[in-house]
Amino acid sequence: MNIVVLVKQVPDSGSERTLDPSDNTVARASADNVISEMDEYAIEEALKVKEAHGGEVTILTMGPESATDTIRKALSMGADKAIHVTDPALHGSCVIATSAVLAKALGTVEWDLVFSGAQSTDGGLTMMPALLAERLGVAHLSGARKLTVDGSKLTVERQTDGGYWTIEGQTPAIVSTWDTMNEPRYPSFKGIMAAKSKPVTTLSLADLGVDESEVGLAAATSTVLEFASRPPKGAGQQVKDEGDGAAKLADFLASKKFV
Amino acid sequence: MSEVLVLVEAVADGDNIGLKKVTLEMLTAARVFGEPSAVVAGATGTAAAVKDRLAEYGAAKIYVAESDDIDNHLVAPKAEVLAQLVADSAATAVLLPSTQEGQEVAGRLALKIGSGLLNDISEVDADGTATQVVFAGAVIVKSKVAKGTPIYTVRPNSVAPEPAPAAGEVIVVDVAISDDAKKVRVLDRTVESGGGRPELTEASVIVSGGRGVGSAENFALIEGLADSLGGAVGASRAATDSGFYPHQYQVGQTGKTVSPQLYLAVGISGAIQHRAGMQTSKTIVAINKDNEAPIFELADFGVVGDLFQIVPALTEEITKRKA
Ligand SMILES: Cc1cc2nc3c(=O)[nH]c(=O)nc-3n(C[C@H](O)[C@H](O)[C@H](O)COP(=O)(O)OP(=O)(O)OC[C@H]3O[C@@H](n4cnc5c(N)ncnc54)[C@H](O)[C@@H]3O)c2cc1C
Ligand SMILES: Nc1ncnc2c1ncn2[C@@H]1O[C@H](COP(=O)(O)O)[C@@H](O)[C@H]1O
Repeated sequence: MNIVVLVKQVPDSGSERTLDPSDNTVARASADNVISEMDEYAIEEALKVKEAHGGEVTILTMGPESATDTIRKALSMGADKAIHVTDPALHGSCVIATSAVLAKALGTVEWDLVFSGAQSTDGGLTMMPALLAERLGVAHLSGARKLTVDGSKLTVERQTDGGYWTIEGQTPAIVSTWDTMNEPRYPSFKGIMAAKSKPVTTLSLADLGVDESEVGLAAATSTVLEFASRPPKGAGQQVKDEGDGAAKLADFLASKKFV
Repeated sequence: MSEVLVLVEAVADGDNIGLKKVTLEMLTAARVFGEPSAVVAGATGTAAAVKDRLAEYGAAKIYVAESDDIDNHLVAPKAEVLAQLVADSAATAVLLPSTQEGQEVAGRLALKIGSGLLNDISEVDADGTATQVVFAGAVIVKSKVAKGTPIYTVRPNSVAPEPAPAAGEVIVVDVAISDDAKKVRVLDRTVESGGGRPELTEASVIVSGGRGVGSAENFALIEGLADSLGGAVGASRAATDSGFYPHQYQVGQTGKTVSPQLYLAVGISGAIQHRAGMQTSKTIVAINKDNEAPIFELADFGVVGDLFQIVPALTEEITKRKA
């Protein structure tokens, strides 16, 4: 079972994030960039499937040069090799164009299964795996909290608002994972050392046969017109509980017509 | 008048089929562009159960595509139905809920019809400018679709639904679902009960508990308070990770985004990733023993003290006042 894991580098959600006023794209250069958290669960699941069924795990990321840090982390968890799609012309690409590029890049590897996070922590679109499935004409088992692999048959528990659905499909397929799926491993010292010598293939747009005019800010299918920091919600009233906290809170709720 | 397609999100609870509130919100938002048409794609019998309410909230037309092919397969058939309707109806925009399914359908539809899309919007103007609140509520972005028939996914609870009775003319559409769209079969739908409480993303009141609640048993206190207010129960990630409460109730960046009228945070510190999911709540109340907990920075009303004293007393007080 050969597996590709889609990994995205994003600005750390714990630090301050904003857009770059020069072109209204995500300010990546000034941010602490990390692996999008949901993707660690995708990597873990891929490693588990490999351990049970054999095969190779390839990391695929599209992002600026700095995304090599993300790739190293994924390799140190145990993935075998990586593909890094990077090209200055990609800056500002919309989700539709990004999916076109990733679909091309997936065409450079032999795979049975693709894992991705269900949602990235910056764009949070929940769309990339669906776009890729649509482009490639393969099954998309989405929002997985559990996966069972039986030969080419895949069974997934898809997490929903009020419970879960049991869904079924065949390889080749894309499976997107929630953070309820497993417990991602920490890279071991040995893993970190080994990652340094694992192969990373860098691909440009020319390598993929994608024309520059199809990607980037100018070709984006949606445009950010303006952005502003949301005014911080000012703190309201605070009381210290002296035995009367509950009554005061009830008064407040009554004043707002909740009681 | 131009036509706007709204993908209906219906929920089945046993034999009852109802509408998710976000459907009414979308029908309300869609009116800025023209005449909303509701699209029902799903199991046989869905439209019959929801059509009156769709008409009450402004659906001039109700397109109905019902079949086992649609109901028994995940996501892709709905995108085919919508793509055909866009082609046949000359719709000027498409609105879908920004739920997991809505977003997946939106992405596939965008490729099929060659359009751009905007995700998780909270507002849209007649000229197509949409508002998104991003980065844990820190930044407000205004954007526009630059290509094709614009597609928007709408964040639940961001538009107040308003009735506007319309004809609700039912038009049955026969869409042949391709084999490509039947690659993922739905074998079974399992409901994990929320104890009769409202669904988290739709609730107008939410009481959430954090690590401070201390144990799964103690969450009964949170449930009691929620019930006294007719609200839903939420939890921080620390609480779900510790097994105090099921993961599906997690609020925050990697959980649900909620925007209720009232959000009560109990024993929750207010980490940025938690705030990401609840920051746009209309009124925020916090109970925390640490007067420097960051949650107080956004609380309209904060009580510094021990939740084990305050919550039972508050539940009693509310129950008494409501009686
Ligand atoms: C990528 C990423 C994604 C994340 N996504 C989410 C997410 O979606 N949702 C989320 O919630 N978190 C998320 N987190 C975790 C987040 O950073 C915090 O760790 C988490 O929100 C903390 O939960 P808490 O407030 O319940 O716990 P704590 O931070 O431990 O706070 C507990 C609070 O309870 C108070 N307390 C304790 N005892 C009492 C008492 N008896 N009476 C009153 N108050 C008391 C304490 O003063 C304290 O403020 C994410 C983290 C990362 C890195
Ligand atoms: N630029 C990218 N490179 C690689 N994978 C990506 C990229 N963008 C998105 N993904 C994958 O798609 C998932 C969902 O992303 P999104 O649709 O942005 O919420 C992420 O968790 C990644 O696994």
